[in-house]
Amino acid sequence: CVDQLLEVSYVLSQGCSLHPFSLMVASSRSYADFTPEATFDIKKVDLHRLEEGPPLTATLTREEGLKYYRTMQTIRRMELKADQLYKQKIIRGFCHLYDGQEACAVGIEGGITLSDHLITAYRAHGYTLTRGGTVREIMAELTGRRGGIAKGKGGSMHMYTKNFYGGNGIVGAQVPLGAGVALACKYLGNDQLCVSLYGDGAANQGQIFETYNMSSLWKLPIIFICENNQYGMGTSVERSSASTEYYKRGDYIPGLRVDGMDVLCVREATKFAADHCRSGKGPILMELQTYRYHGHSMSDPGVSYRTREEIQEVRSKSDPISMLKDRMLSNNMASIEELKEIDIAVRKEIEDAAQFATTDPEPPLDDLCSHIFANDQPFEVRAATPWTKLTSTS
Amino acid sequence: NTMFSTSLLRVGSKLIGLLLTRKGHFNTLGLRNDFGFPPGLRTKTFLLGPTTKMNLFQSVTSALDNTLASDPTAVIFGEDVAFGGVFRCTVGLRDKYGKDRVFNTPLCEQGIVGFGIGAAVAGATAIAEIQFADYIYPAFDQIVNEAAKYRYRSGNLFDCGNLTIRAPWGCVGHGSLYHSQSPEAFFAHCPGIKVVIPRGPVQCKGLLLSCIADQNPCIFFEPKILYRAAVEQVPTEAYTIPLSQAEVIQEGSDVTLVAWGTQIHVLMEVANMAQEKLGVSCELIDLQTILPWDTETVCKSVAKTGRLLISHEAPITGGFAAEISSTVQEECFLNLEAPIARVCGYDTPFPHIFEPFYIPDKWKCFDAIKKLISY
Repeated sequence: CVDQLLEVSYVLSQGCSLHPFSLMVASSRSYADFTPEATFDIKKVDLHRLEEGPPLTATLTREEGLKYYRTMQTIRRMELKADQLYKQKIIRGFCHLYDGQEACAVGIEGGITLSDHLITAYRAHGYTLTRGGTVREIMAELTGRRGGIAKGKGGSMHMYTKNFYGGNGIVGAQVPLGAGVALACKYLGNDQLCVSLYGDGAANQGQIFETYNMSSLWKLPIIFICENNQYGMGTSVERSSASTEYYKRGDYIPGLRVDGMDVLCVREATKFAADHCRSGKGPILMELQTYRYHGHSMSDPGVSYRTREEIQEVRSKSDPISMLKDRMLSNNMASIEELKEIDIAVRKEIEDAAQFATTDPEPPLDDLCSHIFANDQPFEVRAATPWTKLTSTS
Repeated sequence: NTMFSTSLLRVGSKLIGLLLTRKGHFNTLGLRNDFGFPPGLRTKTFLLGPTTKMNLFQSVTSALDNTLASDPTAVIFGEDVAFGGVFRCTVGLRDKYGKDRVFNTPLCEQGIVGFGIGAAVAGATAIAEIQFADYIYPAFDQIVNEAAKYRYRSGNLFDCGNLTIRAPWGCVGHGSLYHSQSPEAFFAHCPGIKVVIPRGPVQCKGLLLSCIADQNPCIFFEPKILYRAAVEQVPTEAYTIPLSQAEVIQEGSDVTLVAWGTQIHVLMEVANMAQEKLGVSCELIDLQTILPWDTETVCKSVAKTGRLLISHEAPITGGFAAEISSTVQEECFLNLEAPIARVCGYDTPFPHIFEPFYIPDKWKCFDAIKKLISY
């Protein structure tokens, strides 16, 4: 802090010396004013087959706070932009938006590292970003252009980056895949783990229970995370599940139920879960109680199975970005102007990305037949008529 | 099982179209429109009783309504069917017949079909809905290993003939990999079940009621692009259209065209184009039932014309056109004037952005006819 003060005063004095008759107005708040670190109380976590849970307090540094704020705001604005582009018919197909659930993606990433692995279902834009994708690539993938993160061939539900295995359309099918990745981590002995996410709707799929059994039997380093946003498409959890305590569904697998709207809560729980896995104790299950503001997808208005009042209530009382913002402002960890600047920068980033996504060319027709198989030499792909054949270029 | 009023209809209908036909493959709704429904054609049906204008999903609702009314053991279940279903096929049924007859299941296809098989074996008329045909694969084991083989392995002691599975099928313009698939070929390889695909509302209601009445487990694929696009005058009473009977929609003398579902409408346009531009008279056959399929109608037609074109959206290798082609060359070898042409989807997963290139549109089919004629 002292160094920063010195630097500021040096700059000011230099400025004054250049223009001897001008006045330099120093900002009334310098970096020295901000609290570098603060500790917050977080909600107690419900436990299943665990003696102790994650701590009841979380420490947040200024840098972390600003980073989380920026990432969550980026996800939020990106999803809203995708909404806009979809309504303009620039994005077609299916589009499942993540706004409201930002704390989950950001909090989970805060508890693991980029060398750990993650796999999720189709509501994947947020995770693509936290796992290293850029907004440009994500938006270009949504519009199906060659600059997209999957070269325009996957679309909204199939986005991938290093150590992020998508982006999976079929409900529940990604969870056994996650167990396989976790097995690879254990086999290679690299101290990495796999986070396997699914929703409250998918929690009733048979293959999830098959995965619970295998990962428990072989003590795989896997964190199962059920993102419970209260609705599986249009069906509320009470109407779809005999037991809505998804954190207990693993039966013999220890479980945690976490407030998924609080990024610090999610982070601490993820850290706790990661320690559990890395110490060789086997799988662990986390239920994140969260909420999505949009409907299931862009063809769902989202209000036929829940009331607007409910959505408004969650927005006003538990919005993850507002919660973090209030915490930082009330503890003097950032200024309103600073956060506004971040907002403006994020908006610009999204605008640029949308511009790119709209103007980038579509993938070439050759890509229709590329990457069907792995092959050294191109092979002929039978096409719609017997006398036309396309060559795969993979 | 109760019987419906079963006067057989010889239905030779054409669709009254109302889909906008902007040039190009897709209209503003993102739906395929490389085929249109020519306006002004009248339905040539011998109708039973009063009719109402219905689109495809309404004809499904009507068939289910008739079933629930006449058969007290009938139950309908699937994901989101209670409020009416994601394609509105079951609107109003829960209110009318009660929540113990029309109910939601959780998100578990394997569970849905397994449960359906059990209900059918115990005597209920079970009508299961799989939300998209693309999601039917978790239930594949139940269908192929349990449903199809139940009668056979129990020596006719038990059967699940009361089971009908309905699923939306086929490409829609923006469905991409997992909302556009046509999996009929996978099921065609399985003796013991029946696979049926209608081309319009009149056929849909009749065929669906036949499937429900049929004493074998049936899979009924509904072309999702036609749910709203296809509108016809459909009888409000129950009626059936026989299974395993292909329908000759248009008679011709030069080329036989075979398809099912949405592709029939594409081929109808192609037949018109062929007549106008090439002077070629095409005989158009709607297969309707994929398994067991009507070999006689198709072979008789090929014996007459000598040329055959089969078209479907599913990938060409191992698609159902291969089976038809193989059987026809066995039966009609000396009648053939040209190799059998198959115009199908590419051997790739159903693409996201490349859909307009992938689908077997009317131009590809027309090109195939030209080659058949000039062989």
